[in-house]
Amino acid sequence: MLLQLKLPSIRLNKEISVEEKKIELNKVDEFPPMPVSLGSMRVNKTSSWRNFRPIIDGEKCIGCGICWKFCPEPAIFPTNPPEVDYDYCKGCGICIANCPVDAITRQDETK
Amino acid sequence: MKTVMNGDFAASYGAMTSDVKFVAAYPITPQTLIVEKLSELVADGELDASFVKVESEHSAMAACIGAQAAGIRTFTATSSQGLLLMCEVLHWAARARLPIVLANVNRAVAPGWSIWADAQDSISQRDTGWMQVYAENNQDVYDSILMAYKIAEDNDVLLPMMVNLDAFFLSHTSEVVDLIDNDKAKEFLPAYDPEYKLDPKNPRAFGALTSPEHYFEFTYKMFEAMEVAKKKITQVGKEFGDIFGRYYDMTESYKIDDAETVLVTFGTIAGTAKESVDRLRKEGKKVGNLKIRVFRPFPAEQIIDALKNAKRVVVIDRDYSYGNEGAFYTEIKGALYDANLRIDTYGMIAGLGGRDVSTTVIKEIVEKAETSEPNKTYFIGVKK
Repeated sequence: MLLQLKLPSIRLNKEISVEEKKIELNKVDEFPPMPVSLGSMRVNKTSSWRNFRPIIDGEKCIGCGICWKFCPEPAIFPTNPPEVDYDYCKGCGICIANCPVDAITRQDETK
Repeated sequence: MKTVMNGDFAASYGAMTSDVKFVAAYPITPQTLIVEKLSELVADGELDASFVKVESEHSAMAACIGAQAAGIRTFTATSSQGLLLMCEVLHWAARARLPIVLANVNRAVAPGWSIWADAQDSISQRDTGWMQVYAENNQDVYDSILMAYKIAEDNDVLLPMMVNLDAFFLSHTSEVVDLIDNDKAKEFLPAYDPEYKLDPKNPRAFGALTSPEHYFEFTYKMFEAMEVAKKKITQVGKEFGDIFGRYYDMTESYKIDDAETVLVTFGTIAGTAKESVDRLRKEGKKVGNLKIRVFRPFPAEQIIDALKNAKRVVVIDRDYSYGNEGAFYTEIKGALYDANLRIDTYGMIAGLGGRDVSTTVIKEIVEKAETSEPNKTYFIGVKK
């Protein structure tokens, strides 16, 4: 039911096709003077400030694709049921607010 | 070569002697002559640089940031409202560690609309990460620009530098300026060759998202760079003196050794203050003057050393930090506190909006300090 929009999957994002290295800066002396070449966002995960995570209930999901379409990141893959990319999801809750069948719930990250 | 020129032209020639390759500027009184002269020098082929006319001061600094990031030496100039419009990009230039040099003609901030001397513009940009020099005369303007590149481009500094000159008292007043021969200047200031630059052969991302894991360290590195800059400014000032015969430092003491009252001044007021010291000494008053030439990084050690034997410290601010006191006054007191020096201090606000601070006014300031309660701020010359 999902993927009725017939848009190409962005799943490719998960795989790092070219050789990329995460730049490790553990000591201040190793830092360059200015923020330069701190590495691609494909290796620097940006979900560290998430307070809660959206959990999609596959049973309730009707595959409308609204969560995927509204996700500003985008951190929802248009699979069936949709899958959240927790490496990049900031926990904004837009998917939860817009799900027409309340299939997405929030789970506190401290758990 | 000795010639006669106003402070604005001294700034333009300072940029030319520094062999800048890129100038982006927007005209504003009383800085306009700097831009006019530079465009003329480029048009006449005397200065081999790109001159970019921009639509605002924000764009001028943004263009300089782009060009400097590509690895070439850039220059711009502005004043007052123009400097304030640059604010966002001033921070950007400093945190991107681009050693841009900017001449700022100190002019009052509106309203009331004023084109006259006042340091409120640059003082309000104190915390942007720029080093700040306050010139006393036109030779100081010219020499400071050349030294500014040398200091700013040092690999352990890499911070932009603002050379400030008082509106009209310097910008439009002609004085003798000794220009430096281009070849000699190149020996003093070699070509700019930064380690980090935009280069298609070695692509890098500048100024990208910086997480809490990294941002803090970049600010710490600027703290370290400012500490290095303190030493570098003194060192370059000495090196400049050894070659060209004119010595510079972060501060300059004038007859302070036996002085009971020490005036602390910056900009053109420092020149008048030295003349006042001579006149007051003839009247038997033991007065001296400490000029603060560099305000950022703050020369606390030199200030403590210069003021430690004074009985009275009188700080003249041509600026006012609303709700507190003069900016220099606050910082001078901070330095004395750190050194456990409990000296009577007087915050004297004078010369705002271009009001003349003559030797008569400075005499009045000294008399006011002698007869008033210490550790307070006084506005000098308010019409009552």
